[in-house]
Amino acid sequence: MKEINELNLPEDLRYAEDHEWLRPSEGAARIGISDYAQDQLGDIVYVELPAVGRRLNKGEEFGTVESVKAVSSLYMPVGGEVAAVNGQLAEAPELVNTDPYGQGWMIEVKVTDPAEIEVLMDRPAYSKALGG
Amino acid sequence: MNPSPGTTGLILNEPLLWERGRPGRRGASLPAADVPPSPLETELCGEGPDFPDLSEVDLVRHFTRLSTWNYGVDTGFYPLGSCTMKYNPKTHERQAALKGFAAAHPLLPAPLCQGALRLIWELENDLAAITGMDAVSLQPAAGAHGELAGMLVLHAHHAHQGRQRSKIVIPDTAHGTNPASAALCGYRPVAVASGPEGVLEPAAVEALMDEETAGIMVTNPNTLGLFETHIREIAAIVHAKGGLVYADGANLNAVMGIVDMAAIGVDVIHLNLHKTFSTPHGGGGPGSGPICVRRHLEPFLPVPRVVQDGDRFHLETDRPLSIGRMGSFHGHFGVMVKAYSYIRSMGAEGLRRASELAVLNANYVKENLKKDFHLAYDRPCMHECVFSDERQAPFKVTTLDMAKRLMDYGFHPPTIYFPLVVHGAIMIEPTETESKEDLDLFVAAMQAIAEEARTDPEKVRNAPHRTKVRRLDEVTAARKPCLIG
Repeated sequence: MKEINELNLPEDLRYAEDHEWLRPSEGAARIGISDYAQDQLGDIVYVELPAVGRRLNKGEEFGTVESVKAVSSLYMPVGGEVAAVNGQLAEAPELVNTDPYGQGWMIEVKVTDPAEIEVLMDRPAYSKALGG
Repeated sequence: MNPSPGTTGLILNEPLLWERGRPGRRGASLPAADVPPSPLETELCGEGPDFPDLSEVDLVRHFTRLSTWNYGVDTGFYPLGSCTMKYNPKTHERQAALKGFAAAHPLLPAPLCQGALRLIWELENDLAAITGMDAVSLQPAAGAHGELAGMLVLHAHHAHQGRQRSKIVIPDTAHGTNPASAALCGYRPVAVASGPEGVLEPAAVEALMDEETAGIMVTNPNTLGLFETHIREIAAIVHAKGGLVYADGANLNAVMGIVDMAAIGVDVIHLNLHKTFSTPHGGGGPGSGPICVRRHLEPFLPVPRVVQDGDRFHLETDRPLSIGRMGSFHGHFGVMVKAYSYIRSMGAEGLRRASELAVLNANYVKENLKKDFHLAYDRPCMHECVFSDERQAPFKVTTLDMAKRLMDYGFHPPTIYFPLVVHGAIMIEPTETESKEDLDLFVAAMQAIAEEARTDPEKVRNAPHRTKVRRLDEVTAARKPCLIG
């Protein structure tokens, strides 16, 4: 497993306590899990994602991620409507391990209340929360 | 100190039976036909099944060799947490093989199988006495099936009250089958977090409990091996809103004949005969998951019910409020005979003593290992204790690595990565079976592994070293499962 200072935590993302990341943008915000989360989970073997069009509140479960160790829930860092899901993960769940911020993205969400993005952690705060 | 049981040895390879056979080889000589040959209609003819052609010794060696690759509770210590891998005395097998039980046809009319019916009736009464509940059904085939039966009873109760409910409260330490069983009955599981002491707090339940909530599913002792000390208060909160308390009895081995489930507010509890009542499981045989209920829920129990009438027994099906059948015939009858044999061998005092020793053994392991392993909740435990790999993390040694290394020492690994609320959990349930000498060997092995994690972490990371196969490729197996032979 990686040390905290070995983790890749991009500056342009926001992070939730449950280790989801969110990339703020004009249209829909992209969501995935952080390098820390994928590293802790180990080799990911299955990702279950919601249907496009589903509305979920902040903190609601939007899917599950399964590694050889355990099945973990994925929680909405913000509320909104699911605009897209990463269909590639069905065939290649390992993308979450190899490229958690790129090809390993999970869902895109039309954010209901942009203020919910503001309260998510930035990189320094998240790194600090991880004990780094 | 004796050396640990693990050692190296010659392990024989064994091909598949289809690779072993040769056309024409036989294990038996068929007698000459004593009827004249007769032509067979062509539509009845075709390719025969693809069975290997084997001699008797081929077959005997095949299965004998495979049996040497196995590890069971008859081989050694098997501390698989929450599974209660206690020893299964061989007398149970003898009783279950008695001709009157083993050869009884399930369609026999009641007057011709009085003994079997009496055994069911008496076992139900014994389980009621052990739990403090009023009525029991032995029909469910195993634990999760018992959960489903229990939740169907709960559902039927609410329907009978005239208003169905939509949710059920389930603690975050629950077995994964709990929310699944509730969801099958149409209830939405709502998670409640356990408190800092590892047990449920009444305020947390009160905050979630409303008149849309059918009840709570609580495992007591819970999967952290801790007794839910606020259970009476929690049950009162649930009952005050018209909900019911479902108890998952998977961990009953800690409290047999000690906790009166009815007195702590439980309305329905399922038991695992294959755990607590010493019948083989884990590949050794089918399970049995009876449900025990309070009097007010008895009308909803599965049919048929075995009813006593003087000194005779008969089956009753006319129970209009029953949830119906949970399976064919009477459930796993052979398992019931073994559980009955266990209860009668032990007696009330023996069962109570077994629970006390199970708790003592778990606490002995906990106290002896807490210097080397991080203890998730440092307080007296019940029948199992939960450590984590927190102290080994600086050496990059994980729970999985240590579990694999334990195999080199000749022990079955404990349950790992469960319960989910403990990161890197190592869940050890020694059961009452183990002697102090055997526990000491296990403790010494765990301590040696903790030392290796500090001084030679590579060795632990590459374990097991002494097994027939080393690390399996679990990732490829999960990502690209091969589902055919």
